[in-house]
Amino acid sequence: MNALQLRAVQAAPWGTRLLQDINLLLGPGQILGLAGPNGAGKSSLLRLVAGDIAVHSGELLVHDRPRAHWPRQQLARRLAYLPQFSLLNFPYTVAEVVSLGRMPHATGAAADHDIVQQVMAATDVSGLRERPYTRLSGGERQRVQLARVLAQVWDTAEDGRALLLLDEPTTALDLAHQQLVAQAVRTLAGRGCAIVLAIHDFNLVAGLADIIAVLQDGRLAACGAPEQVFTPQLFREVFAIDVLVQRHPLRNQPLVISR
Amino acid sequence: MPIAPVSRRVGVWTINQAGRRHHARWLLACLAAALPLCILVGLASGAVRLSPGEVASGLLALGGDAPADQASLIIAHIRLPRVLLAAVMGAVLAISGAAMQGLFRNPLADPSLIGVTAGASLGAALVIVVGGSTLQSYTALTLVSAGAFAGGAAAVVFVYRLATSPSGTSVASMLLAGIAITALAGALGSLLEFRADNDMLRRISLWKMGGMDGASYPRLLLGTVVGGALLLALPRYANALNALLLGESEARHLGIDVERAKFALVTWVALGVGTSVALVGTIAFVGLVVPHIMRLLLGPDHRVLLPAAALAGAILLVAADTLARTVFAPTELPVGIVTAIVGVPFFISLLRQRHHYGMQS
Repeated sequence: MNALQLRAVQAAPWGTRLLQDINLLLGPGQILGLAGPNGAGKSSLLRLVAGDIAVHSGELLVHDRPRAHWPRQQLARRLAYLPQFSLLNFPYTVAEVVSLGRMPHATGAAADHDIVQQVMAATDVSGLRERPYTRLSGGERQRVQLARVLAQVWDTAEDGRALLLLDEPTTALDLAHQQLVAQAVRTLAGRGCAIVLAIHDFNLVAGLADIIAVLQDGRLAACGAPEQVFTPQLFREVFAIDVLVQRHPLRNQPLVISR
Repeated sequence: MPIAPVSRRVGVWTINQAGRRHHARWLLACLAAALPLCILVGLASGAVRLSPGEVASGLLALGGDAPADQASLIIAHIRLPRVLLAAVMGAVLAISGAAMQGLFRNPLADPSLIGVTAGASLGAALVIVVGGSTLQSYTALTLVSAGAFAGGAAAVVFVYRLATSPSGTSVASMLLAGIAITALAGALGSLLEFRADNDMLRRISLWKMGGMDGASYPRLLLGTVVGGALLLALPRYANALNALLLGESEARHLGIDVERAKFALVTWVALGVGTSVALVGTIAFVGLVVPHIMRLLLGPDHRVLLPAAALAGAILLVAADTLARTVFAPTELPVGIVTAIVGVPFFISLLRQRHHYGMQS
């Protein structure tokens, strides 16, 4: 079973082509990192998979079934999406926001409570439990929203039935919390959840992703394992920067150093 | 809501955060107990003051064949339909306001935002001016109500269609269209008033102030049927409203059928508010202030907020109507004036203090 498959997908929601010729394949428990300069189509690709943008042509399969054929509720139990920005402006408590992630499920209050505890611990927001969301800092809000989408797929991940889409989940976080979020993402993938995430930090994504897809002007410029994709030539062509790519001294991953 | 010193207000908020789920049941029980009490006080007060004993015997005599004394007559024919109508309409306005604030993700939204109130006022004014003096008493009241309902319905349909495109209904466009239609209906209403004579003008302006004085059992029955359906229907969308506060796209990803929820909410609110304007005229601020107070006390969870707003709205309107009948008795004030006089200072204090309870922009 594939968690996510895109075949020759094109999208043109407002007339102009945002994405073309996208082919991707992702198995259960795999992490796909999206990289690319601003406006390359990372968020558009995530929104396409999430269903906010319609597929113009090509095929988009979630767990081997066209996305549009999934019943609303069933899809919500296996596909969660963290957008880049949040509009929430009502004083829900942190625990209430995270609990909203359990809305599609009918697992009962006790199981939901358990899952909410676990994801709050994994994102280090347990201490904020009773705080109003509107009083949190940007980084705290980002972790609370992340906890919400983790809660949505925490249990379905176990039989490889879950797909999580994260649009820049670490932009507002300090280094320690970036590492924490990376760890939470690895844990969830270890449980069998397929994850697609867009992150600008090359070294963070290189240490996290099994596959990296580099987007440029709505097309795939490269796709493969981090050590295959991250070459000085790619950074020159796609990002217009000169970098050194070396082996990470401690971990088995490429290390991108700007000159 | 008295304006408390800042430090105390913050303290109250902190306590609410920690224990508001435990308080929710308690507060709902208090409201449920206070409503019958308010209704009894409303039955006892007025131009003729009745003792609790007279109220009790008047209520017991309802439907009986015993020859009625003056107190039972007052209760059965004047006060009971009026007080109950106030309760139902207060509940309808407040729960509609809570639903609209959730749908528009704006704590300052009001059920009249979708144009229903302005459309209804225009419809009523149209009937009053066109009908002129040929319309008499009871028929006139019924026709004006029908005109108001038709006007409100037309305005909402227009607003909804303006905001709907093939990709769905935009809540932001709906808000702007509502403002535009409200302005248009206001202008057309002024045009009508320009053509109206003194008697018509007085009737239009009394209508606009809102009042329970037209209460009767047929009207109470109509209000109860529509209001009852609304009070049963809206809480079914509590989860959808909770998810919608995150944003429409987020709600969709949580499995909510957002377009259906929007259509259903707007339809129910239009029906409820249209009926309320048709039966008792425009009553300001119940739909804005009551959900706001309840959110302050209970938080934004609509599973608790919607029933709490309905109960509190009923209490507020029964109390306001009792005041309207007693302050200058035997002269009655239009109840819309009373709710506005109570509501405006509160609203201003909210605007000035909202950052103290975690609300932004």
